[in-house]
Amino acid sequence: MPAGFSAADFFYILPELVLTGGALLVLVVDVLTSRQQRPLLGWLTVGVLLVTTLTLLPFSDANVVVSRGLLAIDGFAFFFKLIFLLTAIVTVLMSSSYIEVEELRAGEYYFLILCATLGMMFMASGIDLVTIFIGLETMAVAFYILTGLLKPNRRSNEAAVKYFLLGAFSLGILLYGMSMLYGLSGTTNLRELATVLATQERSALLIVALILVVGGVGFKIAAVPFHMWAPDVYEGAPTPVTAFLSVGSKAAAFAMLLRIFTEGLPFLAEVWQPMFWVLAVVTMTVGNLAALTQSNIKRMLAYSSIAHAGYVLIGVVANSSRGITALMIYLMLYVFMQLGAFAVVVMLRRHDVVGDELKDLSGLYFRYPVAACAMLFFMLSLGGIPPTAGFMGKFWLFSAAIESGYIWLAVIGVLNSAISLYYYVRVVVFMWIREEVLGSPITASPAMVVALTVALAGAVIFGVYPRPLFELAELSVQSFGGVVAAAEAISYR
Amino acid sequence: MLEAYVPILLFVLVAIGFAIFTLVFASLLYPERYSKVKLEPYECGIEPETDARDRYSIRFYLVAMLFVIFDVETVFMFPWAVIMDELALFGLIEMIVFLFILVVGYVYAWRKGALEWT
Amino acid sequence: MLEITPSHYMVLSAALFMIGVIGVMVRRNIIIIFMSIELMLNAVNVNLAAFSQQWQHVTGQVFAIFVIAVAAAEAAVGLGIILAFYRNKETVNIDEMNVMRW
Repeated sequence: MPAGFSAADFFYILPELVLTGGALLVLVVDVLTSRQQRPLLGWLTVGVLLVTTLTLLPFSDANVVVSRGLLAIDGFAFFFKLIFLLTAIVTVLMSSSYIEVEELRAGEYYFLILCATLGMMFMASGIDLVTIFIGLETMAVAFYILTGLLKPNRRSNEAAVKYFLLGAFSLGILLYGMSMLYGLSGTTNLRELATVLATQERSALLIVALILVVGGVGFKIAAVPFHMWAPDVYEGAPTPVTAFLSVGSKAAAFAMLLRIFTEGLPFLAEVWQPMFWVLAVVTMTVGNLAALTQSNIKRMLAYSSIAHAGYVLIGVVANSSRGITALMIYLMLYVFMQLGAFAVVVMLRRHDVVGDELKDLSGLYFRYPVAACAMLFFMLSLGGIPPTAGFMGKFWLFSAAIESGYIWLAVIGVLNSAISLYYYVRVVVFMWIREEVLGSPITASPAMVVALTVALAGAVIFGVYPRPLFELAELSVQSFGGVVAAAEAISYR
Repeated sequence: MLEAYVPILLFVLVAIGFAIFTLVFASLLYPERYSKVKLEPYECGIEPETDARDRYSIRFYLVAMLFVIFDVETVFMFPWAVIMDELALFGLIEMIVFLFILVVGYVYAWRKGALEWT
Repeated sequence: MLEITPSHYMVLSAALFMIGVIGVMVRRNIIIIFMSIELMLNAVNVNLAAFSQQWQHVTGQVFAIFVIAVAAAEAAVGLGIILAFYRNKETVNIDEMNVMRW
């Protein structure tokens, strides 16, 4: 073996290796089996994801840098990888019936989901600009295809074209910023970058590079004013893909954001904190106001997810261990709330009903009471009503902001939550309207029942008893280099 | 500083001068006798039948895309080949793994009929 | 003779990058927009190669190779997506992408 590599490098990326092998397996099995056996692929994919999760568990308290400083296997990465795997599992579970109705090619679909998950895992682990970039693109390219999978559907085509063009454009901007960072410091490793930049004069070029990177990352988290793609893409993409996109890709982008800014650029914190402050406020407000007028559920949830990105940015602005803990908890809770809501929307899609307009929800309580009650809970949770999971998440985020001295940010956040209640409650009102509705009855496949149960259980349990989650997040943050770097930056000043 | 560009300037002047000179000199020498045959695009070839700006079959795109992907992956083999001695067996195994993943993709494309022309 | 310094490369790559950005913003043909984006990525490659030379190590070149490979993958996927769009819509003009708005 060449210098700098050892068997341990491969041991620590075991989950990623398993996932890669699993993805290839799905592709091969798809080629070898006939069309009738396709439902098996879904369960095979879930199996691959579960095995990956099992191999991930031993690394919960690891804290090492492997592969010549390309990857960090620490608690932070562990927590985010759990989020991605959980999201992928629930997404796959809710996909099977949708794939049948839309007549998608199951093999490609599941393979791309696994690829996207793999990319996210590298984004969370990467502490080198190259690894982060590769992870980002593995995820993004898979999502471009997933968005356009409904080939005869014009909305899906359009969404894919828009996502692809704007995604590639933002990638160009991000990469240009990264190349400038490399030029100024002579390293692509984020931790080395932090030490090199700490001793340097702050040049104008560095600020330009910072702005470019903020723009590129802002696109990926769909922060206003880089959000134009999100509503169209969320509306046009296949519904389970939208769910995966709004939860998984957003969480991955936040992992990347934290790695780059708190680990790589802690000494510029006073420059990027105000930028993210502005982004957070604008994102929350625009997202919530735009969501008020939507009649399409997927589009409404898209704007709501933009608004949630704004809330999560509060944790970045706070830039303290408490802020990052709150951010991670919020993203985990968001998995359950958002995926649950989307699972109900997926159920509305039948052979004869497209089912993504608000009026398609009408009378859901009388047709499928369990789904309606679950949806009620998810909506209240997204709106942040106590004692739901969403309330706990927001509570920690806002208190972290106050602790770091951003009282106004917390106030704006609370006001925004109040606005958001209007459109979440509107969904609930539709479900309880008794109205003559057309279309075949709503049914749930066994996989869908499992997906909905997982989402509901997570949202309920962590709303009432969040302690284990909180402890896990706190433990994860302790080993996160960004927090250490942030503390050093403060003492340096 | 600017003197460095003098040779380039000279070169450009000579190039332009040569082009003008040949055009003018030739037009003084040759007689102008046009005929139908001479005005055709290909004086001694097959007559063009349709406009060149025609739609291509979509299959060309599919083949082109597959080519682009598998073609660019070879870029990773150059750095590997340069230090192959140093990497020894480890490098060889890594490259085999890399190629294996590519082959799986290739087999998938093949079995899904992406390589068939009709 | 005139020496070419890293700043020359930076000016070149900045110019390429700006041409790309302006192309994305003003052109209406999807294919041309996509070509402008490729131009931006190539500006990044120029930057990386120049800095790699400046710092005298190969990290930048490795980065550039990855950018090239990813750009190729994106090109293949992008052309596929654009073709699917064209089959339904018979146009590659971005102004006619109007099924969804607001």
